[in-house]
Amino acid sequence: MKLKGRKIFGGKAEGELIVSQKPLSFLGGVDPETGIVTDAESDIRGQSIAGKVLAFPRGKGSTVGSYVIYALKKNGKAPKAIIVGEAETIVATGAIIAGIPMVDGIDVSKLKSGARARVDAEKGEVEVEE
Amino acid sequence: MYLTKEEELVLAGEYGYALQKAMEILVALGDIYGADRLIPIKSAQIAGVSYKNLGEAGLEFLRDFVNAGARVSVYTTLNPAGIGDEEFMEKQREVLELYRKMKVEVTSTCTPYYGANLPKFGDNLAWSESSAVIFANSVIGARTNREGGPSSLAAAIVGKTPNYGLHLEENRKATVIVDVQAKVKTSVDYAALGYHLGRALGNDVPYLRGIKPKNAEFLKGMGAAMAASGSIALYHVDGETPEHKDAIADKLETITVEEGEVKAVREQFRDDWSDIDMILIGCPHASLQEVKEIAELLAMRGRPLKVPLFITASRAVKALADALGYTEVIERYNGRIMADSCFVVSPVKGWYRGIATNSGKSAFYFRSFGFNVRLDDAENLIKEAP
Repeated sequence: MKLKGRKIFGGKAEGELIVSQKPLSFLGGVDPETGIVTDAESDIRGQSIAGKVLAFPRGKGSTVGSYVIYALKKNGKAPKAIIVGEAETIVATGAIIAGIPMVDGIDVSKLKSGARARVDAEKGEVEVEE
Repeated sequence: MYLTKEEELVLAGEYGYALQKAMEILVALGDIYGADRLIPIKSAQIAGVSYKNLGEAGLEFLRDFVNAGARVSVYTTLNPAGIGDEEFMEKQREVLELYRKMKVEVTSTCTPYYGANLPKFGDNLAWSESSAVIFANSVIGARTNREGGPSSLAAAIVGKTPNYGLHLEENRKATVIVDVQAKVKTSVDYAALGYHLGRALGNDVPYLRGIKPKNAEFLKGMGAAMAASGSIALYHVDGETPEHKDAIADKLETITVEEGEVKAVREQFRDDWSDIDMILIGCPHASLQEVKEIAELLAMRGRPLKVPLFITASRAVKALADALGYTEVIERYNGRIMADSCFVVSPVKGWYRGIATNSGKSAFYFRSFGFNVRLDDAENLIKEAP
């Protein structure tokens, strides 16, 4: 399955998908030390986003969440790429300062955790193995 | 989004890593929100100052950014800092020092317009404190989106912001008319009205009819409450605010606010004095006029407060209060004026059980932190407090 979105921050990555069908808050929602999701309302609570291709509909919560994405990168616990339905300030800024490839405009409801995904953020493309 | 040749060079990294990152943020936001170009800003105001909010993650980013040569290129002030134990304060001082190295004016207040950073009508800004954003847009008629901490920092470094949202004339028109039938007279009525509208409207641009605020402080308190309980960034008041005349372009839906709705907000915050162990005035930071009023109310009361009173204010207002003798009066009655700081952004859990305040914004946040809250006018609070 090939999906076409829009580049937010360029770069290429390949890895296992982890998909949240709910909006994700990074401040207080993801542990920057471990990459484990702690957001009580999240459907991927308790799972790690480290080294995976992370997909979710959009960000929510405090704008300081951008810095949590930066800390994940510095701690080696960042996702390899970020895919969202709709980009907003918090996650876009976080991906840019952390240098994580990011694509928006993807229908995240079509994606499932565990599948392999290749992201070419420069072209805004996501390819998922069925 | 269109970029000039110069902006393209910045984006390509010709002027170093920090400017490049800042430009990447602005370009991405411009593309996300459909901006046609970047526009110059007159000033920036940065949130993401308290160590409680920034945490180690934010501090590390600021360190790296300063080392990469980040410097602001327009006049920039800061949001309030946090207060905490010695370990916390050490981190807090480092945060402020890093901003100082970026050539930010290290005056930490949510009311920069009471001192260091007063915009004029029509100025484009990149401000990020929600109560300052709504004041600048609505009461002054300057133009700013509700920036995040990192995006206002990026704008401050580049000196520009993407041209979208509230920078555009068409997005500054009212989207709903609010017919206020409730009697809204005192400052706490305004705070309660703002709290109610934030809840009811989300991110509309309301046009309010039927209110006649005594002064700009009443509007400051109303707007801060709206921006805390909802995400309103601009409102108009019939006959009062600078853009009201051109604010209604289309036929709009009208909602009414009845007496009971404003009262209901006040009823939510009526915890008993026996559950209150501090009084907080100055959220957003108090004006000199508000400080003077408190000093007079205390003198009229004539006996010290058993429950300590904290007035948070900008350093500019505190300096004036010191010089004019108000601080001395306030201290005589167990009050303190605290400059540059804010309880809402401090690790306050466990310090107090309950607060009494005249601020709708503080009522909202302290309730969410699990505190008892009593919301009332400064006059009643000072009169009734043990």
